[in-house]
Amino acid sequence: MNQPEDFRQAVREWLEDNCPESMRSPLPSEAEACWGGRNFEFYSEDQRLWLERMAERGWTAPTWPTEYGGGGLNREEEKILKEELARIHARQPLISFGISMLGPALLKFGSEELKQQHLPPIVRGEIRWAQGYSEPNAGSDLASLQARCEDRGDHFILNGSKVWTSYGDLGDWMFCLVRTDIEAPKHKGISFVMFDMATPGVSTRPIRLISGKSPFTETIFDDVRVEKDQVIGTLNQGWTVAKYLLTHEREMIAGSGVSSAGTMSVSKTATKTIGTDNGVLRNTPLRADIARYEIDERCLELTIERARDEVKAGVSLGAAASMFKYYGTELNMRRQELLMAIGGNDALVWEGDASKDGDTPRQWLRSKGNSIEGGTSEIQLNIVAKHILGLPG
Amino acid sequence: MALVLNEEQRMLRDAARDFLTQRAPVSHLRQIRDSGNELGFSRELWDEIVEMGWTAILIPEEHGGLGYGYTGLGLLLEESGRTLTPSPLLGTALTGAAALILGGSPEQCAEVLPEVAAGQRILALACDETTLHQPERNSSQAVAAGDGYRLNGGKTAVMDGAAADTFIVSAATGQGISLFLVPAKANGVTVQPYPALDISIAAAVTFKDVELPATALLGALGEGQALLDRVLDIARIGASAELLGIAQEAFERTMNYLRERKQFGVLIGSFQALQHRAAQLHAEIEMCKSVVLKALQMLDEGAVDNAELASLAKAKLSTTAHKAACEAIQMHGGIGMTDEFDIGFFLKRCRILETLYGDRNFHLDRYARLRGY
Repeated sequence: MNQPEDFRQAVREWLEDNCPESMRSPLPSEAEACWGGRNFEFYSEDQRLWLERMAERGWTAPTWPTEYGGGGLNREEEKILKEELARIHARQPLISFGISMLGPALLKFGSEELKQQHLPPIVRGEIRWAQGYSEPNAGSDLASLQARCEDRGDHFILNGSKVWTSYGDLGDWMFCLVRTDIEAPKHKGISFVMFDMATPGVSTRPIRLISGKSPFTETIFDDVRVEKDQVIGTLNQGWTVAKYLLTHEREMIAGSGVSSAGTMSVSKTATKTIGTDNGVLRNTPLRADIARYEIDERCLELTIERARDEVKAGVSLGAAASMFKYYGTELNMRRQELLMAIGGNDALVWEGDASKDGDTPRQWLRSKGNSIEGGTSEIQLNIVAKHILGLPG
Repeated sequence: MALVLNEEQRMLRDAARDFLTQRAPVSHLRQIRDSGNELGFSRELWDEIVEMGWTAILIPEEHGGLGYGYTGLGLLLEESGRTLTPSPLLGTALTGAAALILGGSPEQCAEVLPEVAAGQRILALACDETTLHQPERNSSQAVAAGDGYRLNGGKTAVMDGAAADTFIVSAATGQGISLFLVPAKANGVTVQPYPALDISIAAAVTFKDVELPATALLGALGEGQALLDRVLDIARIGASAELLGIAQEAFERTMNYLRERKQFGVLIGSFQALQHRAAQLHAEIEMCKSVVLKALQMLDEGAVDNAELASLAKAKLSTTAHKAACEAIQMHGGIGMTDEFDIGFFLKRCRILETLYGDRNFHLDRYARLRGY
């Protein structure tokens, strides 16, 4: 199969046969997304089936090599698969930090044994991963982290804590940045380790956000045993792995700035709520803001498309991930501000059916973190200035 | 179509850049201005541009052109924006040629296009009558007279007004608007040229009982509004390409300055206040590149309705190039305000292109309307 159109046809037919009907509509709420993992309870049999079938083909991780359970697709085929999934409004079969963050780092830096051990369960959605990066005193200055792994001969003992662990209470395993050499300069003594969160000594505490929800935890390590063979890359060289992984995280976050298929556009929401006179939205200053927003949204979509095409043509994305992260998150925050403006009084309702329990204000409040998590907007701009524009440090 | 340039297009762009930076750098613009040139561009340079085939690039081969397409011409406009090269390339090789290609009869194309390709005829679109761009506001009239039409009225802000051989004029016929080919030398045509702020020469043109043959009508009678919209959308995309060149060059010159200018004993590019603004502008310019390329590719793919993308491009590029040109002056500091230094020329040319064929407010409004709000 070397013709793209043949591939498209085959994908289309397979999806027709294998994507359950109930999986062909936007998620009613984020809470119903499929994250997989040891303790995940599927919302429906269809959801379980959809994950199983996609994982079987490796299409939960389409570009990963087949020997690790991936789909083995090239970028063009991946694009076709995405387009065909979008065409039938198929839900994402699996949302996974294992796929979006850990996997790429494992593929690039991991030993053969570690790849064999961890990648296939990620593809199948059997293990849910949590990320241990930030610490109470290491936010933007991530490399100043203090969680420490002490060498105990055949294993390490980990002590310290992490904050902003996404869904830390639901994680099965954690990939984690720890200090393995306290004498070395801060970037040089860091290692990238993995461990089972069921290991004695690991505990989590939820962090309640201004949105009233708790998608993050603080994660505490009290004499946690970490196996020595669970280090990705070279000992004390974890910063290299961490930076690579952050790049992937930024790309993923950037992509989320663009409205996905199935969500109503800002302008449609506005015309429905506010109404039009002769086809023109009744609130003209808001109309101009929405037009500016939708123009920039389309611009970002096209730029992501262009970047993908350039990568295909052999140009490396590199520090551009920082630009996408910056632009995508700022855009999403503008989107949430507009939805609040459109929502007016209704958008102030915190609890109750009228507002779907404050969906709009909670998302708006949550979006304030977009320009902080994964490296603040200011950090991204620093990276662009130094590494793309070559401005002096 | 992949959103990247192919090998041939990259070669064309590189060749154009070499030519323009050698033969028509910004010092050329300054020289034209200081010499009191009455056309707003150099005939000698124009001959060289014609010689290289830039005026033929869009024109089909059967009419003496190269049939190379919009993306190619867009790259030339982008490069012309970088060097601020004064020439009628946008008005005649893109906008004028497109009007003939889209609306002209085989006879009209056979007569006009080979001359445009050969640089022997300069076309200028004349569709504005009001202070702000509102092409549907039209009081010029072409009434049936004998076998042809009698044209009365007037147009403002006609680009390349002093140099144009043929105006493409919008006029009401009693069946809506139509476009007409009007020779600049026809009886009753009065051209009043004026220098614009970027040194180009525009004109107000009036028509007093101008007798036109039936063959002056471009496209079907009464369908001129749709044709004008399509031609304008192409012109808007072309102007956006030129604005992209201006934005990039103004920005790159500014980055060079930040990397060499010292104050307080350090390079000013090390100041975070400037770094962040530079990085934000870089991101906006990257967005612009994608939009312009997409719009040009859509034209090459033969899309008929480019209204949404044209307004998107013109709104975005007008906003971003303006920002880039203003930041260029601010970051250069006092020297950026001097006539002796070149950076101010970018703001001036930018302002012309921003305003031409509808500014950012016009296109924000149009974009929203096209999207149903």
